[in-house]
Amino acid sequence: MSLINTAPEMALTAKVDDLLNWTRKSSLWYMMFGLACCAIEMMQTGGPRADLERFGMAPRATPRVSDVIIVSGTLTLKMALRTKLLYDQMPEPKYAISMGSCANCGGLFQLAYSVCDGVDKVIPVDVYVPGCPPRPEALTEGLLKLQEKIQSERWLVRKTEPVGVRA
Amino acid sequence: MGCDAAQIHARLVERFGDAIGAPTGQGRDTALAVAPERIAEVARFLRDDSDLAFDCLSNLSGVDYPKLGCIQVVYHLFSYRYRHWIVLKANAQRDDPVVPTVSGIWSHADWQEREVFDLLGVRFPGHPDLRRLLMPEDWPGHPLRKDFVEPEEYHGISTSRESLLKA
Amino acid sequence: MHFHFANALVFFGFGLLLCGLMLGLGLLLRPSNPNPNKLTTYECGEPPSGSAWINFNIRFYLIALVFVIFDVELAFIYPVMAVYKDWVARGVGGVALLEIVTFVGILAVGLIYVWAKGDLAWLRRLATDTDTREGQPDARRAA
Repeated sequence: MSLINTAPEMALTAKVDDLLNWTRKSSLWYMMFGLACCAIEMMQTGGPRADLERFGMAPRATPRVSDVIIVSGTLTLKMALRTKLLYDQMPEPKYAISMGSCANCGGLFQLAYSVCDGVDKVIPVDVYVPGCPPRPEALTEGLLKLQEKIQSERWLVRKTEPVGVRA
Repeated sequence: MGCDAAQIHARLVERFGDAIGAPTGQGRDTALAVAPERIAEVARFLRDDSDLAFDCLSNLSGVDYPKLGCIQVVYHLFSYRYRHWIVLKANAQRDDPVVPTVSGIWSHADWQEREVFDLLGVRFPGHPDLRRLLMPEDWPGHPLRKDFVEPEEYHGISTSRESLLKA
Repeated sequence: MHFHFANALVFFGFGLLLCGLMLGLGLLLRPSNPNPNKLTTYECGEPPSGSAWINFNIRFYLIALVFVIFDVELAFIYPVMAVYKDWVARGVGGVALLEIVTFVGILAVGLIYVWAKGDLAWLRRLATDTDTREGQPDARRAA
Protein backbone atom coordinates (compact mmCIF):
# COMPACT_ATOMS: atom_id res chain seq x y z
CA MET A 1 0.00 0.00 0.00
CA SER A 2 2.97 2.24 0.59
CA LEU A 3 4.27 4.59 -2.07
CA ILE A 4 7.78 4.46 -0.70
CA ASN A 5 10.52 3.58 -3.15
CA THR A 6 8.12 3.46 -6.11
CA ALA A 7 8.54 6.68 -8.04
CA PRO A 8 11.04 7.29 -10.85
CA GLU A 9 13.57 10.09 -10.50
CA MET A 10 11.90 13.17 -11.94
CA ALA A 11 11.79 16.84 -11.02
CA LEU A 12 8.28 16.47 -9.64
CA THR A 13 8.92 13.43 -7.49
CA ALA A 14 12.19 14.87 -6.22
CA LYS A 15 10.34 18.03 -5.19
CA VAL A 16 7.72 15.97 -3.39
CA ASP A 17 10.49 14.13 -1.60
CA ASP A 18 12.06 17.45 -0.67
CA LEU A 19 8.74 18.65 0.70
CA LEU A 20 8.26 15.54 2.80
CA ASN A 21 11.83 15.69 4.07
CA TRP A 22 11.35 19.32 4.98
CA THR A 23 8.28 18.45 7.02
CA ARG A 24 10.16 15.64 8.76
CA LYS A 25 13.22 17.67 9.60
CA SER A 26 11.22 20.63 10.85
CA SER A 27 9.47 18.59 13.47
CA LEU A 28 12.03 16.25 14.95
CA TRP A 29 10.69 15.06 18.26
CA TYR A 30 13.60 13.81 20.26
CA MET A 31 13.47 11.11 22.89
CA MET A 32 15.35 12.33 25.91
CA PHE A 33 17.71 9.54 26.78
CA GLY A 34 19.71 11.39 29.37
CA LEU A 35 21.94 9.01 31.25
CA ALA A 36 24.56 11.21 32.92
CA CYS A 37 26.05 14.71 32.81
CA CYS A 38 25.32 15.22 29.12
CA ALA A 39 21.67 15.06 30.05
CA ILE A 40 22.02 18.39 31.85
CA GLU A 41 23.41 19.98 28.72
CA MET A 42 20.62 18.42 26.68
CA MET A 43 18.09 19.89 29.08
CA GLN A 44 19.75 23.28 28.74
CA THR A 45 19.70 22.98 24.97
CA GLY A 46 15.97 22.57 25.24
CA GLY A 47 15.85 25.45 27.69
CA PRO A 48 15.24 29.11 27.00
CA ARG A 49 18.73 30.31 26.06
CA ALA A 50 19.73 27.71 23.45
CA ASP A 51 16.21 26.97 22.42
CA LEU A 52 15.49 23.76 20.53
CA GLU A 53 11.79 24.44 20.30
CA ARG A 54 12.44 27.04 17.60
CA PHE A 55 13.49 24.18 15.32
CA GLY A 56 10.30 22.34 16.05
CA MET A 57 12.01 19.85 18.29
CA ALA A 58 10.02 18.77 21.31
CA PRO A 59 11.25 16.48 24.06
CA ARG A 60 9.42 13.19 24.44
CA ALA A 61 9.74 10.52 27.05
CA THR A 62 8.58 7.52 25.09
CA PRO A 63 10.13 5.99 21.98
CA ARG A 64 6.75 5.41 20.37
CA VAL A 65 6.23 9.03 19.37
CA SER A 66 9.81 10.20 18.83
CA ASP A 67 11.86 10.63 15.67
CA VAL A 68 15.34 10.86 17.08
CA ILE A 69 16.92 9.42 20.22
CA ILE A 70 19.62 11.56 21.79
CA VAL A 71 21.81 9.24 23.84
CA SER A 72 23.49 11.60 26.28
CA GLY A 73 25.74 10.17 28.93
CA THR A 74 27.66 7.07 29.84
CA LEU A 75 26.11 3.86 28.61
CA THR A 76 26.64 0.95 30.96
CA LEU A 77 26.38 -2.63 29.78
CA LYS A 78 23.30 -3.04 31.96
CA MET A 79 21.65 -0.11 30.19
CA ALA A 80 22.87 -1.06 26.72
CA LEU A 81 20.41 -3.94 26.44
CA ARG A 82 17.53 -1.64 27.31
CA THR A 83 18.77 1.01 24.89
CA LYS A 84 18.67 -1.55 22.10
CA LEU A 85 15.11 -2.49 22.94
CA LEU A 86 14.00 1.13 23.16
CA TYR A 87 15.60 1.97 19.81
CA ASP A 88 13.86 -1.01 18.28
CA GLN A 89 10.56 0.24 19.65
CA MET A 90 10.84 3.56 17.83
CA PRO A 91 8.80 3.67 14.64
CA GLU A 92 10.46 4.44 11.30
CA PRO A 93 11.85 6.87 10.16
CA LYS A 94 14.15 7.07 13.14
CA TYR A 95 17.57 8.55 13.78
CA ALA A 96 20.06 8.39 16.61
CA ILE A 97 22.40 11.02 17.94
CA SER A 98 25.27 10.06 20.18
CA MET A 99 26.03 13.01 22.44
CA GLY A 100 29.22 13.36 24.39
CA SER A 101 32.41 11.33 24.69
CA CYS A 102 30.89 8.56 26.74
CA ALA A 103 28.22 7.79 24.19
CA ASN A 104 30.65 8.14 21.31
CA CYS A 105 33.37 5.81 22.51
CA GLY A 106 33.11 5.18 26.23
CA GLY A 107 34.91 8.45 26.87
CA LEU A 108 36.55 8.89 30.25
CA PHE A 109 35.29 5.53 31.48
CA GLN A 110 36.38 3.42 28.55
CA LEU A 111 38.48 1.06 30.68
CA ALA A 112 35.78 0.46 33.30
CA TYR A 113 34.32 -3.00 33.61
CA SER A 114 30.73 -1.88 33.52
CA VAL A 115 30.83 0.64 30.68
CA CYS A 116 29.76 -0.07 27.11
CA ASP A 117 32.31 1.66 24.92
CA GLY A 118 30.05 3.73 22.77
CA VAL A 119 26.39 3.50 21.95
CA ASP A 120 27.17 2.48 18.36
CA LYS A 121 27.88 -0.99 19.68
CA VAL A 122 24.14 -1.46 20.08
CA ILE A 123 22.37 0.99 17.78
CA PRO A 124 23.28 2.62 14.44
CA VAL A 125 24.22 6.25 15.01
CA ASP A 126 23.60 9.05 12.53
CA VAL A 127 25.42 11.97 14.14
CA TYR A 128 28.17 11.95 16.75
CA VAL A 129 28.44 15.11 18.82
CA PRO A 130 31.83 15.31 20.54
CA GLY A 131 32.38 17.07 23.83
CA CYS A 132 32.49 16.40 27.51
CA PRO A 133 29.84 17.63 27.76
CA PRO A 134 29.10 19.31 24.44
CA ARG A 135 27.86 22.85 24.85
CA PRO A 136 24.25 23.48 23.86
CA GLU A 137 25.51 25.18 20.72
CA ALA A 138 27.40 22.00 19.82
CA LEU A 139 24.35 19.81 20.27
CA THR A 140 22.32 22.26 18.23
CA GLU A 141 24.87 22.03 15.44
CA GLY A 142 24.68 18.25 15.63
CA LEU A 143 20.92 18.40 15.26
CA LEU A 144 21.24 20.77 12.32
CA LYS A 145 23.64 18.36 10.66
CA LEU A 146 21.03 15.67 11.19
CA GLN A 147 18.52 17.95 9.52
CA GLU A 148 20.83 18.27 6.51
CA LYS A 149 21.10 14.49 6.39
CA ILE A 150 17.33 14.11 6.49
CA GLN A 151 16.85 16.68 3.75
CA SER A 152 19.03 14.70 1.40
CA GLU A 153 17.24 11.38 1.84
CA ARG A 154 15.09 9.81 -0.82
CA TRP A 155 11.90 8.08 0.16
CA LEU A 156 9.39 8.17 -2.70
CA VAL A 157 12.01 8.12 -5.39
CA ARG A 158 13.29 4.68 -6.14
CA LYS A 159 16.70 4.18 -4.67
CA THR A 160 19.31 2.45 -6.78
CA GLU A 161 20.86 0.60 -3.89
CA PRO A 162 18.66 -1.62 -1.72
CA VAL A 163 16.51 0.08 0.90
CA GLY A 164 18.50 0.10 4.11
CA VAL A 165 16.15 -0.78 6.92
CA ARG A 166 17.65 0.68 10.03
CA ALA A 167 18.35 -2.37 12.14
CA MET B 1 29.19 14.30 76.39
CA GLY B 2 30.23 11.29 74.39
CA CYS B 3 32.63 8.46 74.93
CA ASP B 4 35.93 8.50 73.14
CA ALA B 5 37.29 5.50 71.31
CA ALA B 6 39.22 4.16 74.29
CA GLN B 7 36.12 4.12 76.48
CA ILE B 8 34.07 2.43 73.78
CA HIS B 9 36.80 -0.15 73.36
CA ALA B 10 36.86 -0.73 77.11
CA ARG B 11 33.10 -1.27 77.27
CA LEU B 12 33.23 -3.70 74.36
CA VAL B 13 36.12 -5.67 75.77
CA GLU B 14 34.43 -6.00 79.15
CA ARG B 15 31.38 -7.39 77.41
CA PHE B 16 32.85 -9.44 74.57
CA GLY B 17 36.42 -10.09 75.61
CA ASP B 18 38.49 -11.76 72.92
CA ALA B 19 36.24 -10.95 70.04
CA ILE B 20 37.43 -7.30 70.01
CA GLY B 21 40.90 -6.28 68.86
CA ALA B 22 43.01 -3.33 69.92
CA PRO B 23 42.14 0.11 68.57
CA THR B 24 44.07 1.21 65.48
CA GLY B 25 44.15 4.60 63.81
CA GLN B 26 43.29 7.90 65.46
CA GLY B 27 40.57 10.47 65.84
CA ARG B 28 37.41 9.63 63.97
CA ASP B 29 39.10 6.77 62.15
CA THR B 30 39.82 4.75 65.28
CA ALA B 31 38.93 1.24 64.27
CA LEU B 32 38.29 -1.89 66.28
CA ALA B 33 38.74 -5.32 64.79
CA VAL B 34 35.77 -7.59 65.50
CA ALA B 35 35.56 -11.33 64.93
CA PRO B 36 33.15 -11.66 61.99
CA GLU B 37 30.95 -14.38 63.50
CA ARG B 38 30.08 -12.12 66.45
CA ILE B 39 29.57 -8.88 64.57
CA ALA B 40 25.79 -9.06 64.85
CA GLU B 41 25.85 -9.34 68.65
CA VAL B 42 28.42 -6.56 68.94
CA ALA B 43 26.33 -4.34 66.68
CA ARG B 44 23.17 -4.97 68.64
CA PHE B 45 24.93 -4.18 71.92
CA LEU B 46 26.37 -0.98 70.46
CA ARG B 47 22.95 0.17 69.36
CA ASP B 48 20.96 -0.83 72.42
CA ASP B 49 23.35 0.14 75.20
CA SER B 50 22.18 3.38 76.77
CA ASP B 51 25.66 4.89 77.16
CA LEU B 52 26.81 4.09 73.64
CA ALA B 53 23.55 4.39 71.63
CA PHE B 54 24.96 4.01 68.13
CA ASP B 55 21.70 4.51 66.32
CA CYS B 56 23.15 5.37 62.94
CA LEU B 57 25.11 3.15 60.57
CA SER B 58 26.86 5.76 58.45
CA ASN B 59 28.49 3.41 56.04
CA LEU B 60 29.10 -0.25 55.39
CA SER B 61 31.71 -1.18 52.82
CA GLY B 62 34.17 -3.91 51.94
CA VAL B 63 37.88 -4.01 51.17
CA ASP B 64 39.73 -6.84 49.45
CA TYR B 65 43.13 -7.70 50.94
CA PRO B 66 44.47 -10.63 48.90
CA LYS B 67 47.86 -10.53 50.63
CA LEU B 68 46.25 -10.90 54.04
CA GLY B 69 43.87 -13.50 52.62
CA CYS B 70 40.77 -11.71 53.80
CA ILE B 71 37.93 -9.48 52.71
CA GLN B 72 37.32 -6.83 55.32
CA VAL B 73 33.85 -5.45 55.95
CA VAL B 74 34.04 -1.98 57.51
CA TYR B 75 31.23 -0.44 59.58
CA HIS B 76 31.15 3.28 60.38
CA LEU B 77 28.83 3.95 63.30
CA PHE B 78 27.58 7.27 64.67
CA SER B 79 25.45 8.18 67.64
CA TYR B 80 23.00 11.06 67.29
CA ARG B 81 22.45 11.15 71.02
CA TYR B 82 26.07 11.44 72.15
CA ARG B 83 27.73 12.54 68.88
CA HIS B 84 30.50 9.97 68.96
CA TRP B 85 31.91 7.78 66.19
CA ILE B 86 33.47 4.37 65.95
CA VAL B 87 34.66 2.13 63.15
CA LEU B 88 34.40 -1.66 63.23
CA LYS B 89 36.34 -3.94 60.91
CA ALA B 90 35.42 -7.57 60.42
CA ASN B 91 37.87 -9.74 58.47
CA ALA B 92 36.22 -12.56 56.61
CA GLN B 93 38.34 -15.26 54.96
CA ARG B 94 38.74 -14.72 51.28
CA ASP B 95 37.72 -18.02 49.74
CA ASP B 96 34.23 -18.10 51.22
CA PRO B 97 33.52 -14.82 52.96
CA VAL B 98 30.55 -15.00 55.31
CA VAL B 99 29.56 -12.25 57.74
CA PRO B 100 26.25 -12.26 59.66
CA THR B 101 23.93 -9.52 58.58
CA VAL B 102 23.25 -6.36 60.56
CA SER B 103 20.26 -5.36 58.45
CA GLY B 104 17.96 -6.34 61.30
CA ILE B 105 19.69 -3.79 63.51
CA TRP B 106 20.07 -0.86 61.13
CA SER B 107 17.88 -1.02 58.05
CA HIS B 108 20.41 1.08 56.14
CA ALA B 109 22.58 -2.02 56.01
CA ASP B 110 20.13 -3.69 53.64
CA TRP B 111 21.34 -2.16 50.38
CA GLN B 112 24.88 -1.58 51.61
CA GLU B 113 25.26 -5.31 52.20
CA ARG B 114 23.76 -5.99 48.80
CA GLU B 115 26.44 -3.78 47.29
CA VAL B 116 29.22 -5.61 49.18
CA PHE B 117 27.78 -8.92 48.01
CA ASP B 118 27.54 -7.68 44.43
CA LEU B 119 31.03 -6.23 44.15
CA LEU B 120 33.05 -8.45 46.50
CA GLY B 121 31.08 -11.63 46.91
CA VAL B 122 30.60 -11.56 50.68
CA ARG B 123 27.54 -13.52 51.77
CA PHE B 124 25.38 -12.19 54.61
CA PRO B 125 23.24 -14.98 56.06
CA GLY B 126 19.99 -13.66 57.48
CA HIS B 127 19.74 -10.88 54.90
CA PRO B 128 16.15 -10.54 53.62
CA ASP B 129 16.98 -10.05 49.94
CA LEU B 130 20.60 -10.73 49.02
CA ARG B 131 20.98 -10.18 45.29
CA ARG B 132 23.02 -7.99 42.99
CA LEU B 133 22.44 -4.27 43.24
CA LEU B 134 24.64 -2.43 40.73
CA MET B 135 25.81 -5.01 38.21
CA PRO B 136 23.32 -6.84 35.99
CA GLU B 137 21.72 -9.94 37.50
CA ASP B 138 23.63 -12.33 35.22
CA TRP B 139 27.07 -10.73 35.53
CA PRO B 140 29.88 -13.24 36.07
CA GLY B 141 32.21 -12.58 38.97
CA HIS B 142 32.63 -9.84 41.53
CA PRO B 143 34.24 -6.76 40.00
CA LEU B 144 35.96 -5.12 42.97
CA ARG B 145 38.03 -8.19 43.83
CA LYS B 146 41.65 -7.72 42.95
CA ASP B 147 41.70 -10.90 40.85
CA PHE B 148 38.66 -9.99 38.80
CA VAL B 149 39.06 -10.53 35.08
CA GLU B 150 36.80 -8.54 32.80
CA PRO B 151 34.72 -10.78 30.54
CA GLU B 152 35.33 -10.52 26.79
CA GLU B 153 31.75 -9.74 25.98
CA TYR B 154 28.38 -9.39 27.61
CA HIS B 155 25.27 -10.47 25.70
CA GLY B 156 27.06 -10.02 22.41
CA ILE B 157 28.48 -6.57 23.20
CA SER B 158 32.27 -6.64 23.28
CA THR B 159 33.81 -4.89 26.26
CA SER B 160 36.81 -3.36 24.57
CA ARG B 161 37.17 -0.81 21.84
CA GLU B 162 39.95 -0.35 19.37
CA SER B 163 41.56 3.03 19.77
CA LEU B 164 40.41 5.51 17.15
CA LEU B 165 43.84 7.12 17.21
CA LYS B 166 45.52 4.13 15.60
CA ALA B 167 46.47 4.74 12.00
CA MET C 1 -37.45 24.23 11.61
CA HIS C 2 -34.71 26.04 13.47
CA PHE C 3 -31.77 24.26 11.87
CA HIS C 4 -31.13 22.35 8.74
CA PHE C 5 -30.18 18.72 8.71
CA ALA C 6 -28.34 19.25 5.46
CA ASN C 7 -25.86 21.54 7.22
CA ALA C 8 -25.06 18.88 9.76
CA LEU C 9 -24.70 16.27 7.03
CA VAL C 10 -22.27 18.36 5.01
CA PHE C 11 -20.26 19.14 8.15
CA PHE C 12 -20.10 15.43 8.99
CA GLY C 13 -19.11 14.55 5.47
CA PHE C 14 -16.28 17.08 5.44
CA GLY C 15 -15.06 15.75 8.75
CA LEU C 16 -14.94 12.24 7.37
CA LEU C 17 -13.20 13.41 4.22
CA LEU C 18 -10.53 15.40 6.01
CA CYS C 19 -9.72 12.68 8.53
CA GLY C 20 -9.68 10.11 5.79
CA LEU C 21 -7.35 12.28 3.73
CA MET C 22 -4.86 12.75 6.54
CA LEU C 23 -4.84 9.13 7.57
CA GLY C 24 -4.78 7.98 3.99
CA LEU C 25 -1.78 10.14 3.16
CA GLY C 26 -0.05 8.63 6.13
CA LEU C 27 -0.87 5.15 4.88
CA LEU C 28 0.65 5.93 1.50
CA LEU C 29 3.75 7.70 2.70
CA ARG C 30 4.89 5.89 5.80
CA PRO C 31 7.41 3.09 5.95
CA SER C 32 6.26 -0.13 7.53
CA ASN C 33 8.94 -2.35 8.96
CA PRO C 34 7.50 -4.45 11.75
CA ASN C 35 9.93 -6.58 13.65
CA PRO C 36 9.42 -8.62 16.82
CA ASN C 37 11.19 -6.14 19.10
CA LYS C 38 9.21 -3.22 17.77
CA LEU C 39 5.96 -4.95 18.50
CA THR C 40 6.74 -5.66 22.16
CA THR C 41 4.93 -3.68 24.80
CA TYR C 42 6.75 -0.55 25.92
CA GLU C 43 7.97 -0.97 29.47
CA CYS C 44 10.83 1.53 29.73
CA GLY C 45 13.29 -0.83 28.10
CA GLU C 46 12.69 -3.81 30.35
CA PRO C 47 11.42 -6.92 28.64
CA PRO C 48 7.71 -6.97 29.46
CA SER C 49 6.56 -9.69 31.83
CA GLY C 50 2.98 -10.87 32.12
CA SER C 51 -0.08 -9.61 30.32
CA ALA C 52 -1.20 -5.99 30.11
CA TRP C 53 -4.78 -7.09 30.81
CA ILE C 54 -4.82 -6.58 34.57
CA ASN C 55 -7.64 -6.09 37.02
CA PHE C 56 -8.36 -2.44 37.63
CA ASN C 57 -9.35 -1.16 41.02
CA ILE C 58 -13.12 -0.95 41.38
CA ARG C 59 -12.94 2.68 42.49
CA PHE C 60 -12.58 3.79 38.87
CA TYR C 61 -15.89 2.13 38.05
CA LEU C 62 -17.64 3.71 41.04
CA ILE C 63 -16.49 7.22 40.23
CA ALA C 64 -17.39 6.78 36.57
CA LEU C 65 -20.84 5.50 37.48
CA VAL C 66 -21.59 8.42 39.76
CA PHE C 67 -20.32 10.81 37.11
CA VAL C 68 -22.55 9.31 34.40
CA ILE C 69 -25.63 9.59 36.58
CA PHE C 70 -25.07 13.25 37.32
CA ASP C 71 -24.07 14.03 33.78
CA VAL C 72 -27.36 12.61 32.53
CA GLU C 73 -29.12 14.68 35.16
CA LEU C 74 -27.41 17.75 33.76
CA ALA C 75 -28.50 16.79 30.26
CA PHE C 76 -32.08 16.58 31.46
CA ILE C 77 -31.90 20.03 33.06
CA TYR C 78 -30.89 21.71 29.78
CA PRO C 79 -34.31 21.37 28.02
CA VAL C 80 -35.99 22.76 31.12
CA MET C 81 -33.76 25.82 30.91
CA ALA C 82 -34.56 26.23 27.24
CA VAL C 83 -38.31 26.53 27.80
CA TYR C 84 -38.25 28.12 31.25
CA LYS C 85 -38.78 31.65 30.01
CA ASP C 86 -41.94 30.60 28.17
CA TRP C 87 -43.33 28.97 31.27
CA VAL C 88 -42.65 32.04 33.37
CA ALA C 89 -44.35 34.19 30.74
CA ARG C 90 -47.41 31.95 30.98
CA GLY C 91 -47.46 32.32 34.74
CA VAL C 92 -46.59 28.75 35.72
CA GLY C 93 -42.91 29.41 36.50
CA GLY C 94 -43.37 28.28 40.08
CA VAL C 95 -44.55 24.84 39.00
CA ALA C 96 -41.56 24.41 36.72
CA LEU C 97 -39.18 25.47 39.49
CA LEU C 98 -40.76 23.09 41.94
CA GLU C 99 -40.55 20.21 39.51
CA ILE C 100 -36.92 20.75 38.61
CA VAL C 101 -35.93 21.28 42.24
CA THR C 102 -37.65 18.01 43.16
CA PHE C 103 -35.77 16.24 40.40
CA VAL C 104 -32.40 17.61 41.53
CA GLY C 105 -33.31 16.97 45.16
CA ILE C 106 -34.03 13.28 44.62
CA LEU C 107 -30.67 12.82 42.93
CA ALA C 108 -28.94 14.87 45.63
CA VAL C 109 -30.26 12.44 48.24
CA GLY C 110 -28.63 9.69 46.23
CA LEU C 111 -25.36 11.63 46.17
CA ILE C 112 -25.43 12.17 49.92
CA TYR C 113 -26.03 8.45 50.44
CA VAL C 114 -23.06 7.50 48.24
CA TRP C 115 -20.88 10.08 49.98
CA ALA C 116 -21.83 9.00 53.48
CA LYS C 117 -21.22 5.34 52.65
CA GLY C 118 -17.67 6.24 51.68
CA ASP C 119 -17.94 5.07 48.10
CA LEU C 120 -16.44 8.31 46.80
CA ALA C 121 -13.26 7.93 48.86
CA TRP C 122 -10.29 7.28 46.62
CA LEU C 123 -8.08 5.61 49.18
CA ARG C 124 -9.29 3.04 51.63
CA ARG C 125 -7.43 1.19 54.33
CA LEU C 126 -8.04 -2.07 56.04
CA ALA C 127 -6.88 -2.22 59.64
CA THR C 128 -4.11 -4.83 59.66
CA ASP C 129 -1.81 -6.26 62.29
CA THR C 130 1.31 -4.82 60.68
CA ASP C 131 0.32 -1.36 61.86
CA THR C 132 1.83 -1.93 65.29
CA ARG C 133 5.45 -1.13 65.93
CA GLU C 134 6.60 -4.16 67.84
CA GLY C 135 10.23 -4.98 68.02
CA GLN C 136 11.32 -1.65 66.64
CA PRO C 137 13.30 0.69 68.85
CA ASP C 138 11.48 3.78 70.05
CA ALA C 139 12.41 6.96 68.31
CA ARG C 140 15.28 8.68 70.10
CA ARG C 141 15.46 12.41 70.53
CA ALA C 142 18.69 14.00 69.37
CA ALA C 143 20.88 15.23 72.19
